[in-house]
Amino acid sequence: MNLHEYQGKEILSHFGVRIQRGIVAKSAQDAVTAAKQLHAETGTSWYVVKAQVHAGGRGKGGGVKLAKSLQEVETIAGQIIGMNLITPQTSAEGKKVHQVLIAEDVYYPGESETAEFYMSVLLNRARGRNMIMYSTEGGMDIEHVAETTPHLIFTEEVDPSVGLMPFQARRIAFNLGLSGNAFKEMTKFVTSLYKAYVKSDASLFEINPVLKTSDNKIMAVDAKVTIDDNAMFRHQDYVNLRDLREENPIEVEAGALGLNYVDLDGNVGCMVNGAGLAMATMDLIKQAGGEPANFLDVGGTADAARVEAAFKIILKDPNVKAILINIFGGIVRCDRVAQGVIDAYKNIGDIKVPIIVRLQGTNADVAKELLDNSGLAVLSATEFKEAADKVHSVLA
Amino acid sequence: MSVLVNKNSKIIVQGFTGSEGTFHAGQMIEYGTNVVGGVTPGKGGQMHLDKPVFNTVAEAVEKAGADTSIIFVPPAFAADAIMEAADAGIKVIITITEGIPVADMIKAFDYIKNRDCRLIGPNCPGVITPEEAKVGIMPGFVFKKGNVGIVSKSGTLTYEAADQVVKQGLGITTAIGIGGDPIIGTTTKEAVEMLINDPETEAVVMIGEIGGQLEADAANWYKQSGSKKPIIGFIAGETAPAGRTMGHAGAIVGGSDDTAQAKKKIMRECGIHVVDSPAEIGKKVAEVLS
Repeated sequence: MNLHEYQGKEILSHFGVRIQRGIVAKSAQDAVTAAKQLHAETGTSWYVVKAQVHAGGRGKGGGVKLAKSLQEVETIAGQIIGMNLITPQTSAEGKKVHQVLIAEDVYYPGESETAEFYMSVLLNRARGRNMIMYSTEGGMDIEHVAETTPHLIFTEEVDPSVGLMPFQARRIAFNLGLSGNAFKEMTKFVTSLYKAYVKSDASLFEINPVLKTSDNKIMAVDAKVTIDDNAMFRHQDYVNLRDLREENPIEVEAGALGLNYVDLDGNVGCMVNGAGLAMATMDLIKQAGGEPANFLDVGGTADAARVEAAFKIILKDPNVKAILINIFGGIVRCDRVAQGVIDAYKNIGDIKVPIIVRLQGTNADVAKELLDNSGLAVLSATEFKEAADKVHSVLA
Repeated sequence: MSVLVNKNSKIIVQGFTGSEGTFHAGQMIEYGTNVVGGVTPGKGGQMHLDKPVFNTVAEAVEKAGADTSIIFVPPAFAADAIMEAADAGIKVIITITEGIPVADMIKAFDYIKNRDCRLIGPNCPGVITPEEAKVGIMPGFVFKKGNVGIVSKSGTLTYEAADQVVKQGLGITTAIGIGGDPIIGTTTKEAVEMLINDPETEAVVMIGEIGGQLEADAANWYKQSGSKKPIIGFIAGETAPAGRTMGHAGAIVGGSDDTAQAKKKIMRECGIHVVDSPAEIGKKVAEVLS
């Protein structure tokens, strides 16, 4: 589950990580109230207005702006709220902004120069351990840093039996070139950050930038936080942090029905049991001259109700010109699936696109007979290749 | 010969009396697998599916001589079940459970590291040595005995591959479903290595998917090993968009080197017979072995 910046920062702050403070606002008027409150709490008189959407590169799309007065807060917040923010990470239409974070200005002048760093916490899959990845090159695209100056990216692996050790936090602070109070602040920052990562069951923390202020404080100015969906059962308090407006509505609906669905841009819908076979089926559609319209794993029990639900989800996409159903019946018998397809087809009534059904495994022959004798406009197949050829022919 | 499981394996089922455990243990017993009992804490002393139920894995090892375990325990308790099996001296721990939190798997992975056991999975279909032992949730009838080993991250795609191989008149030594999670006990390379070293296995089918480096690691190992045993490979997810999780928690393209295209390129460079179409796996195996 992805979180908004303001939600991620709340979690960080809860575990003692210093953050750039801010208050979320849903309208220009709210934004002014938020700014006044922030002024009272922090003394800031400049404010950063930040669009809250699930996408990086918000600044590039005009979703992050500095306001030097309450008047400017109102104007800028009014412009950003409701806009379709287009960033390098969104689709061409962009993402609608429903709320902004009014944040304190932390780049104030002082005894030393400010400095920006990059820091993330994530799983090193190959090692089966978490790691902290960090760089002196903060505030910019880390992929770009990795390509142009890979020697400026450091990693610190965490031994799960002992957790992040103080010497590791010190090494990070030294590698970032810090000394004095900023050094101490950074060790504290890293330690709290890792603790927050573990305690919140996160699967990604990306803090870019981590800022050293002119008075040598270390704080998170941005926060990209992803929580491990599999661990949500121990974080009931995070459940309401999910913002469904940020997700594809068809995917949300499919998820509620227990279907694993990913919306894609193509013209051939597919319904498959098993994630690997589903991906392979998408590849086959492409090789047959189509483009997959979706990924859809119906799971182990492909019964009539699930097949019908899956049909309805796929048919919501107007670009779908054909549907390929590919079920390998193991424990679930093919004739049951075939009956499910027939029942679902009849229940829905007017399916206007050709349907190719490939059933293989237990009772595949019986299933093919059922489909062939059903009187429905369904093309049946038993071999994978045969299914591909039929997709090719209906698209031609 | 075969790898990991055979007719002499003494298998227990953790999560034996739950609905998943009951159903699949029944299927395994029907297949002829040597299930010696199961574990459900608090139900020790009872009989289930005509087999003894134990309170702990240690008790199952002591009283029934168990050396292999299959885990159907729900996600919140599965990592604990893995560690209990390792602690009790189980040698092969096959974890079917899907949806274990990553943080739990980091702990379990670290815990078993220096213990004498091998973890398969989690989030996998299990392991089958045809006509000897089915320790998993796969449909047994698809897998006929023979000389082709299979390593795969996916369930139904494994059945698909096995079916294609069998329809070419060939058969399977052992099929290993290694699982689709970000952290798994046995890597593609380790599973491939076992099968390459198995004297009865004449060819290996290696099925991967987008995300991670496991297939590239296996390919590089194969090249360095100098083995003459052929590997036939397929990578699912050529059409998957970057940054989206495709069903399996680990199936996500993170960078340019974990796409299907990149993986297939490395595999080809390492001498693996890569097919682009998932419909051609069986045909390719027959062609390579002829």
